[in-house]
Amino acid sequence: MKIAVCIKRVPDTELRFAIAADGKSLDPAGLKYDLSDFDGYAIEVGLRMIEQAKTGEVVIIALGPDAVQETIRKSFSMGAERGVHLRADTIPSDGLLIARALAAELKDGGYDLILFGRMATDSAAGIVGPMTAQLMGLPCVTAISQLAIADGRGTARRELEGVAEVVTFPLPAVLTIDEGIARARLPSLKGIMAAKKKTIESKPVELGEPHLTVERMELPAERSGGRIVGEGPDAVPELVRLLKTEAKVI
Amino acid sequence: MGNTFAFAESRGGALRTVAFEAVTAARRAAEVSGGGEVHALVVGAPGIAGQAEQLARHGADLITVVEHAGLERYNPESVAATVAARIGAGAYRAAFFAASAQGRDLAPRVAAALGKSLASDVVAFELQGETFIVRHPVYAGKAMVTLRLTGSPALISLRPGAVAAAEARGGGRVEQAQPALDPSAAKVVVTELLDRGGAKLDLGEAPVIVSGGRGLRAAEHFALVEALAAAFGNAAVGATRAVTDDGWRPATDQIGQTGRVVSPDLYVAVGISGAVQHLAGMRTAKTIVAINKDKDAPIFKIADYGIVGDLFEIVPRLTEEIRKAKAGA
Repeated sequence: MKIAVCIKRVPDTELRFAIAADGKSLDPAGLKYDLSDFDGYAIEVGLRMIEQAKTGEVVIIALGPDAVQETIRKSFSMGAERGVHLRADTIPSDGLLIARALAAELKDGGYDLILFGRMATDSAAGIVGPMTAQLMGLPCVTAISQLAIADGRGTARRELEGVAEVVTFPLPAVLTIDEGIARARLPSLKGIMAAKKKTIESKPVELGEPHLTVERMELPAERSGGRIVGEGPDAVPELVRLLKTEAKVI
Repeated sequence: MGNTFAFAESRGGALRTVAFEAVTAARRAAEVSGGGEVHALVVGAPGIAGQAEQLARHGADLITVVEHAGLERYNPESVAATVAARIGAGAYRAAFFAASAQGRDLAPRVAAALGKSLASDVVAFELQGETFIVRHPVYAGKAMVTLRLTGSPALISLRPGAVAAAEARGGGRVEQAQPALDPSAAKVVVTELLDRGGAKLDLGEAPVIVSGGRGLRAAEHFALVEALAAAFGNAAVGATRAVTDDGWRPATDQIGQTGRVVSPDLYVAVGISGAVQHLAGMRTAKTIVAINKDKDAPIFKIADYGIVGDLFEIVPRLTEEIRKAKAGA
């Protein structure tokens, strides 16, 4: 079993952040970067598949500046075997350009499964996975919350609004991984040591002209909030009055 | 100026609200770009043609109906091929999809098939000359980007609820078409549609959300949250990541950075301290109410109204008062 996991290095926005002077990106001061959350679940799914099959490898593919190699190394410490770094100065907003670069890299790789996170936690578009599948002519199931593979076929579950779909598909296939399927394992000490010896193949990519570009980035207005109506159940009638007459939501 | 296109999403033989939102957006785009027709496409099992009139009432001038027994459930490959063929043949200025579970699957496939760029999960758009300027929340709603989308057709998926569906009379011509790819030739097959049971309202569509956190102390105490949601009558139930991690609620109920991002009219946070990861999923709610025993909990800093105290006393009382208020209304 050969599995590719396509990951993205994203700013950790659980921390405070500010907009940069250019008005269209985050101020890099004090910013930390990490693997996008859903990509961590995708790596976990890949590792479990390999452990179950008892043979094969997880290959990590990431596009972006040299710093993405640090994120690939983190994936190594979880258990991935090899990495491919598609070198580009920046990660474009136009997902089609990324999908084209990934499809070109993946097409002759002989992968049984190509995994993505459901979406990156920074740009939150969720389009590169299904675009890559379409360009490669591979079956694709997006935002899956359960997965079973047997005899060259897969069965997955996707959550829709209020209902869920059960979907079957043949391998090779492209899957995007949603919350709920698997928590990403923490790197082990042994994994961290082993990661240093694993290799990243770095190659430049030509991305072409984007048709989707950032004009501005803004922070939403702060909520004023902070009004305590009262303490204990006796405050409830006043709360209901405010919801009715002031907020007008009931 | 060319025509605009809208994909009309359906499920189980009926159109979804997001279908009318897409048609409304297409009509608005046509109006600001100096005219042209609105063309909608709907796919489904035989009988789906009966839904065409509703699309005409929201402004569709031409409704292409693709009926096939193999399209009773969503068939990603066949639908993507059919939509791409229609858009490719139509020389459209723009094409609108819903950024729903189905639309998020469909739109990128269509975009890649056409070799066109896609602006995903858009909450507002305008035209500057030939260029679409779109807005899209990033970093789990903690920032907003304004993007420039060039090329024709401009492909846009709209966050459900971002454009309110509005009625407007369209020409309403109906034409039948065949799927561009036989559904039975598709490799990906939806074999079952499971009703998850529980709340009938989806978190993304409910005007009110009552959400519970660790403060509830045990899974069975979610009955309090369920009862309050039932008293509202139009509420869905959400949960924090701590709660879904512990298996008290399914992962699909999680609201936060890695779960659902919601913007209801009213969000009631019960026993939720307000971790950054949770706030990222609900801070754009219009009104936020927090009930928590710790007066210094971060949730009170963003709540419009807070009550400090024991939720096991406060929530039953609130349920009773809401029930009374609803009965009187």
